Amino acid sequence: MRSLRRRGGSPWTGLGTVVAKETADHLSSARMRILEALLFLTAIAAAYAAIRQIRATIGESPFLFLRLLTMAQDPLPSFISLLGFLIPLVAIALAFDAVNGEFNRRTLSRVLAQPIYRDALLLGKFLAGLLSLTIGLLSLWLLVIGLGLLLLGLPPSSEEMVRMLGFLVATIAYGGVWLALALLFSVLFRAPATAALAALGTWLMFSLFWSVITPIVTSLIAGPAEGVLGPNLRFLQVQQIIDRLSPNTLYAETTLALLNPSTRALGPVLVTLSEARSMVPAPLPVTQSFVLIWPQLTGLVATTILIFAIAYILFQRQEIRA
Amino acid sequence: MPGDTVIRAEALTKRYGSKLAVDHVDLEVAAGEIVGILGPNGSGKTTTILMLLGLTEPTSGRAMVAGFDPLRDPLEVKRRVGYLPDQIGFYENMSARDNLAYTARLAGLTRREIDERFTAALDRVGLSEVGDSRVTTYSQGMRQRLGLAEVLMKRPSVAVLDEPTTALDPHSTAEFLDMIRGLKAEGTAVLLSSHHLDQVQSVCDRVALFHNGRLALSGTVTELAAEVLGGGHVIDVEAHGGDLPKLLAAIPGVVRVQALGGDRYRVDCQSDLRGDIARRLAPKVDLVGIYFAAPSLNEVYARYFAEARDAVA
Repeated sequence: MRSLRRRGGSPWTGLGTVVAKETADHLSSARMRILEALLFLTAIAAAYAAIRQIRATIGESPFLFLRLLTMAQDPLPSFISLLGFLIPLVAIALAFDAVNGEFNRRTLSRVLAQPIYRDALLLGKFLAGLLSLTIGLLSLWLLVIGLGLLLLGLPPSSEEMVRMLGFLVATIAYGGVWLALALLFSVLFRAPATAALAALGTWLMFSLFWSVITPIVTSLIAGPAEGVLGPNLRFLQVQQIIDRLSPNTLYAETTLALLNPSTRALGPVLVTLSEARSMVPAPLPVTQSFVLIWPQLTGLVATTILIFAIAYILFQRQEIRA
Repeated sequence: MPGDTVIRAEALTKRYGSKLAVDHVDLEVAAGEIVGILGPNGSGKTTTILMLLGLTEPTSGRAMVAGFDPLRDPLEVKRRVGYLPDQIGFYENMSARDNLAYTARLAGLTRREIDERFTAALDRVGLSEVGDSRVTTYSQGMRQRLGLAEVLMKRPSVAVLDEPTTALDPHSTAEFLDMIRGLKAEGTAVLLSSHHLDQVQSVCDRVALFHNGRLALSGTVTELAAEVLGGGHVIDVEAHGGDLPKLLAAIPGVVRVQALGGDRYRVDCQSDLRGDIARRLAPKVDLVGIYFAAPSLNEVYARYFAEARDAVA
């Protein structure tokens, strides 16, 4: 009987209203302002330091603008590694109390007593988080480009613009993964503090400890790194697979290939000497860079969808009453 | 002025694991009728309400609310039903206006309708002075009024109020009950769940008593009294001297005699026996008074659950 049942009405009824309300909440919340201040200050400092470095050392480079984002100068990390570190924090802060907050404020039953499905509420919350994140990132991105224009005194080439746009999209996709994860925890745990801790724990694991965990797990699966006849190939392969389970790795590889056009491959390259000689020692064209990062980008989006789907199923099964 | 049936539940059942939360509940409510839902905590009242609203799926059974099946067309049902949850909450940092505008937009009202109805609804619940204040500044009683305003804004054909008077002072409670009568006057069917039996008795046309997930009793208070107390008539007798309980019990038609303290006794009888009692007692004892006591829901409730406990023990 249940399988034959079809719900009347669109699952998207009320989606726009939820997105508008949640986005307005995010943009006016003190939490969001603090995080954006943190993000803007550090990222602009990093970009500014890179600009000074570029002006002092390098005269000419075909991709000057991209170096703005990738160059690190002590004690500041580069713009992209800073983003890779801070974006998850912002995304988690946007969503860790999305669903459990409604439960605890006792607003959920009131909202769901209106003619909308739960689908609209959950998706609306996710989209609102993504929109807020995008607004913040877009303004940061424009600010850095403006800074580069002012201080370097030359406009980015069209190729650089395409690469930087790709970088922006990848950053949003990366934020999406963490947003979906935080949303999942907000469905899973009734206490927002627990959800925040769980999400932050995952973030710490991937951003700090994953590089420690990976070799240990790899050697358990594939044996020691150094074989009798030199490096253990299987070790390298397994290590790469495990490494890429982390969204941080996927994002780092994506930004590397996009913003550093001379990147020809991600991971170990096995070529014979003659093959290596025949390779053209030039930066890749944009299209080829995109081909290179396509799996990574798809992986980020797919992870987001997967995590969101899990959150969705759990939310559908949850009882409304506290 | 009961009209068409707007709520019809047939053998509605909800099972959580091995526990039957709601067990084959049949319920009918007509337009313009106020039905009180009673029962101890955990007896299945709120679960039944949630199933009628389409917020929880029944394990089996069917329901029809405002002409739609909450399982198949939850949106149509929710468009026509106003719900005041037992523990109501609002977005604290938003004004009352913004809070209600949000749910009203979700309900599909236009901006103009929202403005008009908001003013009217707030006026009716007596909050028009503070409509633009943030909800943080509201007392619990004001929140409950605001919740009712939300229901009013929807102009529902069914209003479901889950323990709406819990946090109210006696004066506000009376006002609140008047507002509920106002809903009835507009032809709205009202389901009122409450633990305050005297309030339920004063406002409800019919009463449904839940016990262990079953609908144990339903009907008007007089009907329930007839069923539970044995007779529909309750008479208080006050007299000095003599073995009053024994004398009273000997009168034909007396179902039960209960001491009320002092020289007062409460007598349940099948018909109005005041005359008989006076004739029989007057020669033997010093009669002070005989009063006709209307059956109270409190008594029905207490007696029913005392008997239910005895049956288990």
